[in-house]
Amino acid sequence: MKFSEQWLREWVNPQIDTQELMDQITMAGLEVDGFEPVAGQFSGVVVGEVQSVGPHPDADKLRVCQVSDGASEVQVVCGAPNVREGMKVPFAVVGAVLPGDFKIKKAKLRGQPSEGMLCSESELGLSDDHDGLMELPADAPVGQDVADYLKLNDVTIDVDLTPNRADCLSIKGIAREVGVLNSMLVNSPAIEPVESVHSEVPDIRVEAPAGCPRYLGRILRNVNLQAESPLWMQEKLRRSGIRSIDAAVDVTNYVMLELGQPMHAFDRDEIQGGIVVRMARIGEKLVLLDGQEVELTQGTLVIADHEKPIAIAGVMGGEHSGVSPKTRDLVLESAYFDPITLAGKARHYGLHTDASHRFERGVDYKLARDAMERATRLLMDIVGGEPGEIVEVASDEDIPEDRVVDLRARRLNDVLGMEIDRTTVEEILTRLGLRVEKLLKDGWRVSVPSFRPDISIEEDLIEEVGRIYGYNNLPVTEPTGSLGLRPEQEAVRPVSAIRNFFVDHGYQEAVTYSFVDPKVQQLVDPDRQGIALANPISSDLSVMRTSLWSGLLKTVAHNQNRQQPRIRLFETGLRFLQEGERIDQQPMLAGVVVGSQYPENWANGRRTADFYDVKGDLESLFSLLGIEIHFVGSQHPALHPGQTAELMRDGEHVGWLGTLHPQVQKNLELNGTILMFELFLNSIVTGYVPNFKEISKFPEVRRDLAIIIGSEVAFADVERVARKHAGEQLTALRAFDVYEGESLGEGNRSLALSLFWQHPERTLNEDEVHSLFNGVIDALKEELGATLRS
Amino acid sequence: MENLEQLVQDGLAAVDSADSLQALDQIRVEYLGKKGVITQQAKTLGKLSAEERPAAGQKINEAKGQVEEAINARRSDLERAAIEQKLASESIDVTLPGRGQDLGGLHPVTRTLQRIEHFFARAGYTVEQGPEIEDDYHNFEALNIPGHHPARAMHDTFYFNPGTLLRTHTSPVQIRTMEAGKPPFRMICPGRVYRCDSDMTHTPMFHQVEGLLVEKNVSFADLKSTVEEFLRVFFERDLQVRFRPSYFPFTEPSAEVDIEWGREADGSIKWLEVMGCGMVHPKVFEYCGIDAEEYRGFAFGMGVERLAMLRYGVNDLRMFFENDLRFLRQFR
Repeated sequence: MKFSEQWLREWVNPQIDTQELMDQITMAGLEVDGFEPVAGQFSGVVVGEVQSVGPHPDADKLRVCQVSDGASEVQVVCGAPNVREGMKVPFAVVGAVLPGDFKIKKAKLRGQPSEGMLCSESELGLSDDHDGLMELPADAPVGQDVADYLKLNDVTIDVDLTPNRADCLSIKGIAREVGVLNSMLVNSPAIEPVESVHSEVPDIRVEAPAGCPRYLGRILRNVNLQAESPLWMQEKLRRSGIRSIDAAVDVTNYVMLELGQPMHAFDRDEIQGGIVVRMARIGEKLVLLDGQEVELTQGTLVIADHEKPIAIAGVMGGEHSGVSPKTRDLVLESAYFDPITLAGKARHYGLHTDASHRFERGVDYKLARDAMERATRLLMDIVGGEPGEIVEVASDEDIPEDRVVDLRARRLNDVLGMEIDRTTVEEILTRLGLRVEKLLKDGWRVSVPSFRPDISIEEDLIEEVGRIYGYNNLPVTEPTGSLGLRPEQEAVRPVSAIRNFFVDHGYQEAVTYSFVDPKVQQLVDPDRQGIALANPISSDLSVMRTSLWSGLLKTVAHNQNRQQPRIRLFETGLRFLQEGERIDQQPMLAGVVVGSQYPENWANGRRTADFYDVKGDLESLFSLLGIEIHFVGSQHPALHPGQTAELMRDGEHVGWLGTLHPQVQKNLELNGTILMFELFLNSIVTGYVPNFKEISKFPEVRRDLAIIIGSEVAFADVERVARKHAGEQLTALRAFDVYEGESLGEGNRSLALSLFWQHPERTLNEDEVHSLFNGVIDALKEELGATLRS
Repeated sequence: MENLEQLVQDGLAAVDSADSLQALDQIRVEYLGKKGVITQQAKTLGKLSAEERPAAGQKINEAKGQVEEAINARRSDLERAAIEQKLASESIDVTLPGRGQDLGGLHPVTRTLQRIEHFFARAGYTVEQGPEIEDDYHNFEALNIPGHHPARAMHDTFYFNPGTLLRTHTSPVQIRTMEAGKPPFRMICPGRVYRCDSDMTHTPMFHQVEGLLVEKNVSFADLKSTVEEFLRVFFERDLQVRFRPSYFPFTEPSAEVDIEWGREADGSIKWLEVMGCGMVHPKVFEYCGIDAEEYRGFAFGMGVERLAMLRYGVNDLRMFFENDLRFLRQFR
């Protein structure tokens, strides 16, 4: 909410400067977002009177005027279309300095001397309006400094109010706060009922009392809407961010700013029959004041006449029933609309108005009559007219109940952490407009005024006391609760250990969006449909990822496009699957590697990272985690059919490792051999707690063998068969050479294995080892068709 | 006996001029070996009388000792020279870079999160996780933000359907933790959160850490110390902290926390908002089945990217999610 400091100071005027005032209200919870002077910096501008206007001999668009500054009369050449004889205008005399350090000097315009300048609002930094001269009231004293006359030593303060503080959406509300903070009384304008001079009243029927518990209407006849709002009112509105329109709109806006009650004025001649407050009917249409036509939807509270809707209640009036300069009779509306009924309605129509902002947050439910009287008086002062009686339709059961809240002194002290003396508490409550109804044994019974809909429980009062007392005046103490030890499973490795592992192995951690481009996702996970957002920010961030690969591959593209050929990334995070009715959110660990295996330097060579490099990293990870994972040749739609491994733990699928399918790679416009893995984090974090085994004192025996075997036989099978026949004392089996070559014959390869045996309790003898070794060889021959390589 | 002296002189000269270990060994054999010329002098002893013999024998031994000593000294000289020569031939350029893998790095958000988690873990807070696709109840309703509440507009929520959404804060994890357990609680919930907003200063996804402490006797004063201490530890500075009244539906009293961040032109403190906090709202306790008369709590929340930006001087929020290696590598 924007407001004029001067206006506020008419209500309450503490002896502190603007900055202190802003700091004070900020620290009371009304955060000042910014402030700006209400006019530009200028000097030497006085109230001038245009004595005569004549043509310019050499320019059609210029006029030669004689202007009085009160002391003398000078000639001024002026190009404004609205200049006319007798008009009072801001007059920048020779020597004046206008905003932007623009100095006024004697000049000649198309040959005619000009001593000074007549100003528009924009030339004084008052507004952007540069259509013509700023017209000052006829009674403006000629020669007076305009800055003094307009009281321009003022700033517009913008407060960013939290949604609970509806009561501060008015000068009255902010003044109340300032009064409390400075322990000062607050002035307010006297509001007297306006006596009716005729008996004509609007016909009002409220069919939706829950949405509109109170509706007041009054007819003001024979008004003159040609009359302009007074300058002081226009200025107050302007300095509060509202443009002057006409007297009726200005007054309703003025009362809204001053007291917090949004109002509306209808042209009585455009109301057919009478006013009906009801819910909109499906299909009804309304052209709003801003010119747009809306189709009303169910649940929208409208003000209608006997034929059609004429306004969306509490949001915006209709164009048709709005006032115009020709309007003769007005119907003024002042109502209390239910916040819940209005919640979200303005937004639903793409609107946000000063009225809807206030009604949604809760307007003072007892304010409508005062506002009506105030508006009537202000309006009559400008446009004249004959007021009628106020008609009030109220539904007592729908009007919010007055609340009484108990505040316990003990609770107040416990929550705030200090004892605040009782008189201070009482003073704070009273100045806030909360009445202490009764002193209780340990506290106060407080009645809550109608302008504070946000206060209904004890905590609300505690907050008020704490806020006004000052959070920064409260003590600082350490929490005293005891710190018990918590269980921690040693076998479960924290994710941070996994992250550090990858960092140590040259991987950079990435954090990519959880929503991805469906086209990319389709490529890496074609068999699944990602869960789609109803309101995505853009189409390339519109479905939830079913694999972390989508984001990582996009990251690869981003970096490859920026001359980064060597990329090693990992990420942890959730993937999201729709499983029937249920949504599965699974923590994943994924990585991608492309480019040289080691950073390029003189000693590392330039070898491109391959499947076995990344597999080696994963194997190291698994041994860090203390888990046994089997890599099984498999197929995945996004991976190279010959370079894909499914990772298994105890027969359960835990993830994938492979090379990105060349076709997918091409579609994504990526370069190089791209290796990728993705694992279920929850399936790999639990390992084991070490359990010591006696170290054998007896020697270890090693035997090597080389076999020729069909290339299609997996090493895993060779290992399985060998282990099966190598006996219990086998301690290790390693492949130390793999070779394929013409000499071995088509489709064959040579595998060189070493086997290690050791007995925990004795030395193994030569015969035993020999027999086990031969058993392994025979089994490899028989079961897998291997031959010994000589 | 002049002969012996001459032999010693010859031997010492030969040792002196020996330029290799082999040459030296030859000299040893030549002079001190079984058939060496000095050794052979012992044969002359037979020709001497019994009285002369011991003295002569001693002379021969002395001669042998003299030459042997010279040989040993020469040998160690030669050996040292040989080692030095070998070492000289083995010297390398130690300024060439080393071999092997370089180091990766943690994402700056993770780095910041880990620091935050670490501080609170030491103060006895557990780290809790929760779903990112949330239901309306846990994200809003149970946090005292009913459907019509104006605060919902502050959240710019991503929806899947009217009841299912991407969590707009990590507060629902507090609700889930309180639902599942019994007070007291000391927990933080770090994680991804989502708001339907994207411009210079907003990304549709970012990270939060929220903290919750529920005990029988806890006050706003305790909250102040926790928040102040955290901020001073995080920024490693004794900075000024102030608490500004604010509004969150799930806490009351509520405050926004500003830290001192430089000075304004007029010398006054420039304040920067970094966190929100407050005492847990009784309604929230009610939703979680906790007696608000018996227990009180405080909660606080912060934006991780914001803290990371301040801490590391990052000036563009969006960089966190571009994952440009040239950016990420700066946070190893």
